[in-house]
Amino acid sequence: MIERIDIDHLTLRYGDVTALDELSLSMVGGKIYGLLGRNGSGKTSLLSVLASFRKPTSGDVRINGQPVFENQAITSQIAFIRESGDTVEDTEKVESAMRYAAYLRPNWDAEYAARLLERFEVSTKARIGSLSRGKRSALGIVLGLAARAPLTIFDETYLGMDAPSRYAFYDELLNDFMEHPRTFIISTHLIEEVSRLFENVVIIDRGRLVVQDDVETLLSRGNAVTGPADVVDQFVNGYGFTVIGTRQLGRTKSAMVYGQLDPEKRAEARAAGLDLEPLALQDLFVHLTEPRGDQS
Amino acid sequence: MSTNQYAAFYRINPATAAKAFQELVDEGLLYKRRGIGMFVSPGARERLRSQRRERFFADVVEPMVAEARAIGIPLREVIQWLEQREGEEER
Repeated sequence: MIERIDIDHLTLRYGDVTALDELSLSMVGGKIYGLLGRNGSGKTSLLSVLASFRKPTSGDVRINGQPVFENQAITSQIAFIRESGDTVEDTEKVESAMRYAAYLRPNWDAEYAARLLERFEVSTKARIGSLSRGKRSALGIVLGLAARAPLTIFDETYLGMDAPSRYAFYDELLNDFMEHPRTFIISTHLIEEVSRLFENVVIIDRGRLVVQDDVETLLSRGNAVTGPADVVDQFVNGYGFTVIGTRQLGRTKSAMVYGQLDPEKRAEARAAGLDLEPLALQDLFVHLTEPRGDQS
Repeated sequence: MSTNQYAAFYRINPATAAKAFQELVDEGLLYKRRGIGMFVSPGARERLRSQRRERFFADVVEPMVAEARAIGIPLREVIQWLEQREGEEER
């Protein structure tokens, strides 16, 4: 069981590139987490350290209070699936990847794996190197789900998969999570597709934490306020909302704000003739990670 | 039906589904019986109807009046239309 994950002032440098910069966050076990960040924001670096694939330059990663690096008791509980299930040699067949996983994974469910391979139409006789990108991703998903590891990490494991296969993945993930509750961390760029599967979301940018919160809280805080520019400005500045983006067309302005909008403020905005619209997670993500002029 | 079945049907996180049901319990629309499940409270239907009646003029009629003004339909015309509907229903 994964009770908790604690990341404390984690820094990872490759030469003079800083991939993770004093990153701190905590997760409690038994939830599905979404990890969002732009390309090069440090997602894979963070997940690699978490799975003990890399040694941190400084700082601390603990699972259930134990340091993870080179800690066999902890790492055996983690399944880390990268872009396209690159856990085995290309020259091997899918069935030997299954045998290897059965040997390596204490909770391996061979029957479930076989069912998943069938659902994703991956032949057990196929050589892994000959699989299309989408089928390799599907193989990664099978290896990740059937391992039933207490901590399962999917790092953009959907590349090359078409929409029906991706939805099959989401359905399998959700059903298996409910039948066998455990901790999942999923990094993705397909935010709108999966956001409703997450309970909690971590957004990182340039190796630092931007925000971490439950999805519902995040969504309730992001709103677009639209109306005549002067009225929008008055409302937004009057309450000191954090403006994460603005767009203007003629005299009409739309300000994307981040902050609690209680019913009184909502009523006030409506009375002033302003339109309020919730921001989708994808919009929130875009604006929270957008390079801004006022930041160095 | 379980909250997990709702979660699977709507493809949402089961914790989100459970929270939604908990809100309905907190509002008194559902009640829990330990070990058995959740049930619709006896007065739930009437309570929902009265809540919606309270909000009807603010939520439905006001926007209609605003829309009528914006596009230049005199309220008189709206009233006539409603009276005609009333007449049809009484027949």
